[in-house]
Amino acid sequence: MSASTVASPPETRTAAEIVPLRRPWRWTSAALVLLALAAVLWSVVTNEQFQWDVVVRYFTTGAVLRGLGLTLWLTALTVVLGFVIGGVLAVLRLSGNPVLVGVSWGYVWLFRSVPLLVQLLFWFNIGALYPALSGATPVIGPVTAVIIGLVLHEAAYAAEIVRGGILSVDSGQVEAALALGMRRGRVLRRIVLPQAMRAIIPAAGNMLIGTLKGTSIVSVLAVQDLLYSVQLIYNRNYLIIPLLLVATVWYVIVTSLLSIGQHYVERYYARGAGRLS
Amino acid sequence: MTVAVQVTDLHKSFGSTPVLRGVDLTVPKGSVTCVIGPSGSGKSTLLRCLNHLEKPDRGEIEVAGQLVGYRRHRGKLYELKEKVVAGQRASIGMVFQGFHLFAHLTVLQNVVEAPVGVLGVPREEADSRARALIARVGLAGREDAYPRQLSGGQQQRVAIARALAMRPEVMLFDEPTSALDPELVGEVLEVMKDLAAEGMTMVVVTHEIGFARSVADTVVFLDEGRVVESGPPADVLDRPGHARTREFLARVR
Repeated sequence: MSASTVASPPETRTAAEIVPLRRPWRWTSAALVLLALAAVLWSVVTNEQFQWDVVVRYFTTGAVLRGLGLTLWLTALTVVLGFVIGGVLAVLRLSGNPVLVGVSWGYVWLFRSVPLLVQLLFWFNIGALYPALSGATPVIGPVTAVIIGLVLHEAAYAAEIVRGGILSVDSGQVEAALALGMRRGRVLRRIVLPQAMRAIIPAAGNMLIGTLKGTSIVSVLAVQDLLYSVQLIYNRNYLIIPLLLVATVWYVIVTSLLSIGQHYVERYYARGAGRLS
Repeated sequence: MTVAVQVTDLHKSFGSTPVLRGVDLTVPKGSVTCVIGPSGSGKSTLLRCLNHLEKPDRGEIEVAGQLVGYRRHRGKLYELKEKVVAGQRASIGMVFQGFHLFAHLTVLQNVVEAPVGVLGVPREEADSRARALIARVGLAGREDAYPRQLSGGQQQRVAIARALAMRPEVMLFDEPTSALDPELVGEVLEVMKDLAAEGMTMVVVTHEIGFARSVADTVVFLDEGRVVESGPPADVLDRPGHARTREFLARVR
C-alpha cells in the first residue's frame, strides 16, 4: 500500500454519519411478548371464575385486616429480633474467641439445618419434652411458639448477612480508626457498621420480604395471620380463588411498599460511595 | 535533647518468618527520621509497632516517655488493656499508604470524628479546628466532599489533617506517596515539609530519596530486619558506608 492511499481525504473522514445497526428482532420479540402479556391480562380480567367482585367485597373486611395486622406484626418482630440476635451472632463469630466463634457457628449450622415448619412444630409441642412448660394453659401457646421459631430461624440467616456486610468493609478502615485511638466497640459502631450497611441492606431487604411471606407458614398452627384468616372464610363459603386473591393482593401491596422503602434506605447508605453522590 | 521515640532491641516475626531482628532507633523530639530500605526489610512493620498496631515479640518502644502497649512491673512487661493502648495511640498520628479515609464520612466528618469521639472535644471547637486544618493542607472548600470525590493526593492530605486533629506527639507516615500518581506526589510532600518545618516529630517510611535528602535529620537504612546504617542524609545517602546501602540506592535512583 503506497503512502498516498493510507490517509483518506479529510472531508470524508470528519463528515461521515454514524448509522446504528438495525435490530428488527428486537422489535419483533418485544411485540410478541407484549401480545402474550395482553392475552394473559385479558383472561385474568374477563374470566369470571376469578370473581373480582368477591375479591373487592372481602378485601377490607375486619377478619382480613386483623389477619394482615398479625402478619405485619409477626414480620416486624421477627426481623427486628432476628437481626438483633443475628448481629450479636455475627460479632461473636468474628470475635476471635474460639469458644464464642464455635457457639456462633454451631447456632447457624443448627438453625439453618432444621426446616422452619419442623421447628415450629417442635416449639408447639415443647410440653412433651419439658412437662413443666405444659399444663392447663401452656406457657408456650401457638403464637409464642410461632414467634420463637420464626425469630430463631431468622437470626441464623441474619447472622450470615451481617457477617458478610462486616467482612465487606476494608480492614484499612479498622486500622485507621484504631490508629486514631478509637476502641473496638466504637470502631464497629461508627466506622464498620455504617459501611457494612451497604452490603447488608439488599440482602436484608430480601430477607424482610421473604419473612413477610414466610410468616404464612404459621397457618399450620392455626395462628390467624393473613393467609389463615382467608382460609377460615373460604372454608365456610367455598369462594377459594377470590379469597386467595385477597391475600395475594395484600402481600403484593406490602412487598411493593417495602421495596420502595428499601430503595431509599439503600440510597442513604450509599452516600460517599459514588463519585457524583 | 528530648527523645520522642526510643526503640530498643525490637524483634517481630510473622509465623516463622522473622521481620524485625533487633532494631534500635532514637528519634529526638522535633526531628524528622526517614526509614528507607528494600521491600520486605521490615520498614512498615517497625512503624506499625510504634503505635502497637503490631505487637512486638521482644524489645521495648517508648513514645513521648511512655512505654507503648506494656506496663513494666518487677522486670516483666505486662500487656496493657485495650482502653489504655487506645489512649496511647490517640497521641501518635499515623498516615497510611492507602489513605484509609472513612468512606461514609465527608472530609470534615473524617477530621472531626476522633477528636469528638475519643478526646471529647466539644463539637464546635472540633469543627473550627478541623476547618483550619483542612485549609492548612490546601483543601478549604472541600469540607463536604466525600473521599471518593477527591484525588489520591487530596485524600492523603485529608488523612494528614485527620491525624493532626488529635494533636499528636509524633506523626508516623507509612509510604505516604507510594499509592499516588507521580504528578500528585509533590502536593503531599509539600504538606509534610511544612509540618517538618513547624517542628513536628516525624518518622517517615518512604521511597522518596529526594524528600529524605532535603527534609530528614536522620536517614535509617533497614535491611533484613536490622538497621544497617543511620545518620544524617549527607552521610547515608551520599557516602554510604555499607555495600548493601550502596546497592539499594543504586537501584532506586
